[in-house]
Amino acid sequence: MYGNGLRTFSIATVAALAVALSLVAFYAPLDADQGFVQKIFYLHVPLSIVALCGFIAGGVFAIAHLRSGNRRWDAYSYVCIHLSVIYGVGVLITGSIWAKASWGHWWVWDEPTLVSFLIVFLMYATYYPFRYAIEDPERQARYASVFAVTAGAFVPLNFLAVRLAESLVHPRVFATTGGGLPGSMMLTFLVSLIAMALLWVTLVKFELTAKSASGQLKRLRRALNAPAPGSSSRVAPEVS
Amino acid sequence: MTPSRVAFAAILGKDLRAELRTLQSLPAMALFAVTTFVIFRFGLDRTSLSGSMASGVLWATLLFASLLAINRLFVAEREEGGFDAIRLAPIDRSALFAAKGAALLVYLSVLELIVVPIFFVFFLDSATALLPLAAVLLLANFGLAATGTLISSMAVNSRARDLLAPLVLLPLVIPLMIAATSASEPLLAAGGVSYDRFGTWLLVLGLYDLVFLLVGYAVFDFLLED
Repeated sequence: MYGNGLRTFSIATVAALAVALSLVAFYAPLDADQGFVQKIFYLHVPLSIVALCGFIAGGVFAIAHLRSGNRRWDAYSYVCIHLSVIYGVGVLITGSIWAKASWGHWWVWDEPTLVSFLIVFLMYATYYPFRYAIEDPERQARYASVFAVTAGAFVPLNFLAVRLAESLVHPRVFATTGGGLPGSMMLTFLVSLIAMALLWVTLVKFELTAKSASGQLKRLRRALNAPAPGSSSRVAPEVS
Repeated sequence: MTPSRVAFAAILGKDLRAELRTLQSLPAMALFAVTTFVIFRFGLDRTSLSGSMASGVLWATLLFASLLAINRLFVAEREEGGFDAIRLAPIDRSALFAAKGAALLVYLSVLELIVVPIFFVFFLDSATALLPLAAVLLLANFGLAATGTLISSMAVNSRARDLLAPLVLLPLVIPLMIAATSASEPLLAAGGVSYDRFGTWLLVLGLYDLVFLLVGYAVFDFLLED
């Protein structure tokens, strides 16, 4: 049942990515200051926005799990956090490339958004060792949800603290009113954002489908009394 | 149902009495902190510290010393069956969170009462910063106690207990450390105490405390279900 709509989502994602990349390459104007390098912005910023939203979604699913006790929400929360961590690696790498190109260093400590994102990434990177150190699957799910809720509360606090610690604040790409971007850049950015979000949703669906299939396989094996070959102690959440 | 107040007092009293009789955590934390100061003296090759250097050394040391207590906070509950007893007792589970947090708060405060004067004697010329610094220490202790209790109660029930609490706690307290070090930095400045953005940082500390006390209170029940 998790496979429903997977094909539609995949096709939509490929189409959106193709449109977004061609807009980035051929339509969006070159930035007056930074030139071609600025185009990584269309990759970096959507990735980070989708990753942060994914972390929040992970927290929301975790609350749903704690309230209802239904393990399916825990699997949703796990998959959201998992893919957002992978997106997070992409954010840090693209951000680093951008920093090297525009400021001359691979890492810049006085860019608050980049530093905040690193700290958030480090926080969520501990989700895996934490989760897999708990053996009992039911307790593992509960503790992982508590982690996801706690980390969700941590994200805004962290952005606040890092931002305040910066004496000089860099100009934001988006001004708080109206948006500082010309229309063609804004359009390209929005299309990229939609493409990245679609990619994220499709990947979430893929992982959930795979988990539900392997869960079904395990149940079938158990019913046939044939133990799974090479079962590992790392019990990823199963979807029923 | 026993009132939460009674349960809270009983658990806190038990913890403090056990610590007084066994002296397991506090002397170790104090020794660890003082030794760390000595290591910083040689690591940084400085005989006196001021400003950001002083606040960094102080907070890094206090944070790592507090990890010792946080790691041990629930060990007795786990090994002697205290968790089962709490689960059986007709009390609100949040009382355990509050009592353990309060015990950790007491440990941290006692640690700082011992260690911060030593830090001042070692590295600083005047003690005028002590009073405003006490406010920062107190607010940071609340935050550390809230997050430390929450993470410790989860880590103690896992396979990799001693490893897990520091691993998860360190990123979680980064905002707290940013606020605490930034608040202490002007207090310890070389030219005497200044209150540059002191109020802002106290507010951030207070906000952090509030958020994690509420989160801890909200989720702690789920950690004891079994």
